[in-house]
Amino acid sequence: MADLTSTFVGIKSPNPFWLASAPPTDKEYNVRRAFEAGWGGVVWKTLGSEGPPVVNVNGPRYGAIYGADRRLLGLNNIELITDRPLQQNLREIKAVKRDYPDRAMVVSLMVPCEEEAWKAILPVVEDTGADGIELNFGCPHGMSERGMGAAVGQVPEYIEMVARWCKQNTRMPVIVKLTPNITDIRKPAEAAKRGGADAVSLINTINSITSVNLDTMSPEPSIDGKGSHGGYCGPAVKPIALSMVSEIARHADTAGLPISGIGGVTTWRDAAEFMSLGCGNVQVCTAVMTYGFKIVSEMISGLSDWMDEKGHTSTADFVGQAVPNVTDWQYLNLNYVAKAKINQDSCISCGRCYAACEDTSHQAISMSPGRTFEVIDAECVACNLCVDVCPVEDCISMEQMAPGEIDPRSGKLVEKDYANWTTHPNNPGAVAAE
Amino acid sequence: MSNSQMTPRRAAGIAAGRLSADQLAENFDDLHAPYAPHEAAVAADRCYFCYDAPCVTACPTDIDIPLFIRQIQTGTPEAAAKTILTQNILGGMCARVCPTETLCEQVCVREVSEGKPVEIGRLQRHATDTLMEAGVHPFTRAKPTGKKVAVIGAGPAGLACAHRLAMHGHEVSLYDAAPKPGGLNEFGIAAYKSTDDFAAREVNWLMQIGGITLHSGKALGRDLEISSLQKEYDAVFLGLGLGGVSALRAAGEDRGGVEDAVSFIADLRQASDLATLPVGRHVVVIGGGMTAVDAAVQSKLLGAEHVTIAYRRDRAAMSASRYEQDLAASHGVNILFNAQPVAVHGNGAATEVEFEYTATQNDTLTGTGETTRIKADQVFKAIGQTLEDAPDGLKIEQGKIAVMGAGRTSQKGTWAGGDCATGGDDLTVTAVAEGRDAAQDIHTTLMG
Repeated sequence: MADLTSTFVGIKSPNPFWLASAPPTDKEYNVRRAFEAGWGGVVWKTLGSEGPPVVNVNGPRYGAIYGADRRLLGLNNIELITDRPLQQNLREIKAVKRDYPDRAMVVSLMVPCEEEAWKAILPVVEDTGADGIELNFGCPHGMSERGMGAAVGQVPEYIEMVARWCKQNTRMPVIVKLTPNITDIRKPAEAAKRGGADAVSLINTINSITSVNLDTMSPEPSIDGKGSHGGYCGPAVKPIALSMVSEIARHADTAGLPISGIGGVTTWRDAAEFMSLGCGNVQVCTAVMTYGFKIVSEMISGLSDWMDEKGHTSTADFVGQAVPNVTDWQYLNLNYVAKAKINQDSCISCGRCYAACEDTSHQAISMSPGRTFEVIDAECVACNLCVDVCPVEDCISMEQMAPGEIDPRSGKLVEKDYANWTTHPNNPGAVAAE
Repeated sequence: MSNSQMTPRRAAGIAAGRLSADQLAENFDDLHAPYAPHEAAVAADRCYFCYDAPCVTACPTDIDIPLFIRQIQTGTPEAAAKTILTQNILGGMCARVCPTETLCEQVCVREVSEGKPVEIGRLQRHATDTLMEAGVHPFTRAKPTGKKVAVIGAGPAGLACAHRLAMHGHEVSLYDAAPKPGGLNEFGIAAYKSTDDFAAREVNWLMQIGGITLHSGKALGRDLEISSLQKEYDAVFLGLGLGGVSALRAAGEDRGGVEDAVSFIADLRQASDLATLPVGRHVVVIGGGMTAVDAAVQSKLLGAEHVTIAYRRDRAAMSASRYEQDLAASHGVNILFNAQPVAVHGNGAATEVEFEYTATQNDTLTGTGETTRIKADQVFKAIGQTLEDAPDGLKIEQGKIAVMGAGRTSQKGTWAGGDCATGGDDLTVTAVAEGRDAAQDIHTTLMG
């Protein structure tokens, strides 16, 4: 069996599956249950400064988006940081860490953007025996209105400044949690690195309104007829998170900066994908809020089996393996030509590929009597829409044309050599091919 | 609870009250319980929204099935119902009685690929029940045209025809020989397929269109003359159904206990207390159609101990679908194939039916000479119905009123549809389609 142990910025855990800073990690009771279930580590729900705790709304905090059979695809929340007293949280963190020394215990923090505030909280956290801290610069609702959370994460200079204060005032590794509610994720990541942060974690939640109640005209979740944007998470945000992770992993100025991957991780496969794009570990929240802590058993067995199958003995073997394959559009091989191919044996004749192609794409699928659907190679641009809308997995595939063949659509020879847009004759800025 | 004295369950002969009132109520409950809203949502999500969907092609009334399922899926079952009812005004009953397993659901791509179709019939019921429970009749009548049409027979064909004519603004006189409208929906379908007096409720709902005057207890040939109707009305539609029952042509057919399955089913449907309905301890049903299955299963549900359906051909030739056959089998009905009745034995009342085994050679069914006897206190004939009292002067083909196009008979101004007319299967849904299409043709003809 593959070795799943993970060391992330020096923090050891028996597996790379941590719980993200969120409701599941707000209390000793929950965290003990998580560790009993097998989670490798937790990021304790965000602590604020000493003093009266924040208060939460007393109505719905969550809203959801569903797929078939009420499968939860996206979750939105307007919960704030911990609303329990600082000292109580610290006592509990210490007690749990003492009882589970092999698990990662990272504490999420959010205090005002003043050095004194950070200087005050860091030592008391350190006293708990916690393994590290995560700076919550991502929370997009409520706290951002008070100049914290995403309000800091959206200003790279603040990120750098606070990260530096923390590095100067604690021995603990510093992870900066990034908000996706910005235009270029590389800027805050660069700032974190400049400030000396040991790692970044992303993504925090995305500004969202899940739905509008058409009777009351209130956004959901609705508090007495009004709604406020919340933070969106769950399986629906995974593609956004993967892209942002990859941007940091392959950006020259941030390459090599450890990343903790967050955003819709629901299964072992999601975790493996985040890690292949450069994440040293992953953090999970919505999946456990949907199904409970037990899902970690599937994540452990799935990742382990896959690693065995691929011959990986440790997670380091495949972390970042997909990064070199993420590139800019301009470098994609324009001489790669594919055609859709419908496997008539597995086709169930629903005609969705036909409707999609005929109505919205390239009229490249024919429909014959007897409901036979076939690809017209002379029209097919290999856009993949038919594959995506086909309800049968692997029924339609994209098959590469061999070099030397004539593409019936363009009438041109399929070249064997790689060539991209930078040298394409239609590109006004093309450079001469070497 | 009924206070009537119960007959011992295994009493000999034909007896009422074999089962308790509670047991009977349970036995005759809805065959398929209606969907709860979430069940409907999950079932609707399984529809692939096929292009030029095969289910629509398979539906005799051409209901836009993917559209109505999507309307359910998006939380608008009333809109779904309107999609259904626009094509098939008896969509509520058809959702209950259509042999969907040989129509829409048989060709559902999910049936073809995984053996589990989208449950179109149950979804249709969810939509139509929702609308009818809200008491909504989503159609309005066009302004009166001044034209009068006589519709003879208030079964599925006649009702569909009358509604469509009324919608177009014609004035419809709807005649039926029976004391109640509905035809086979009211008198001829297994009780567990039409619970809570659904057939009657559906007719009442349908009549909300206005412009239809119902005349019950008026039979053609007895109370009505086709020639005077043709003079009095601008058009006549015949939806007579098949009133006669085919004979067994076996010795002893006249013995006590030998009955028509259709009468048994009609009595059962009209019974106010099922405990008063007599049924044999040993029941034999002769025939291979839906009527045979309905009679056999309901005999069992009334408390018959042994029920056998005997059919003279093999399973593949049976007109009751495999689903219906399995329904019978799951209720403990034995199905005997390749057996034709030779004689009903008994001393006055029937006690046994003698069958001769059959084989098919060169496409001809012949007796093998080997016989078997099955105990029977009660024998139901379910070997087909025939056209009775067809009006003189109409061309008849293969025992039915010959029609061309949308139900045009050999006489100008007279249309026919449903089981009494040629063309199409003898199904509720086919009758609805024929009634509707004849109404459209009558409208075009009258307004042309």
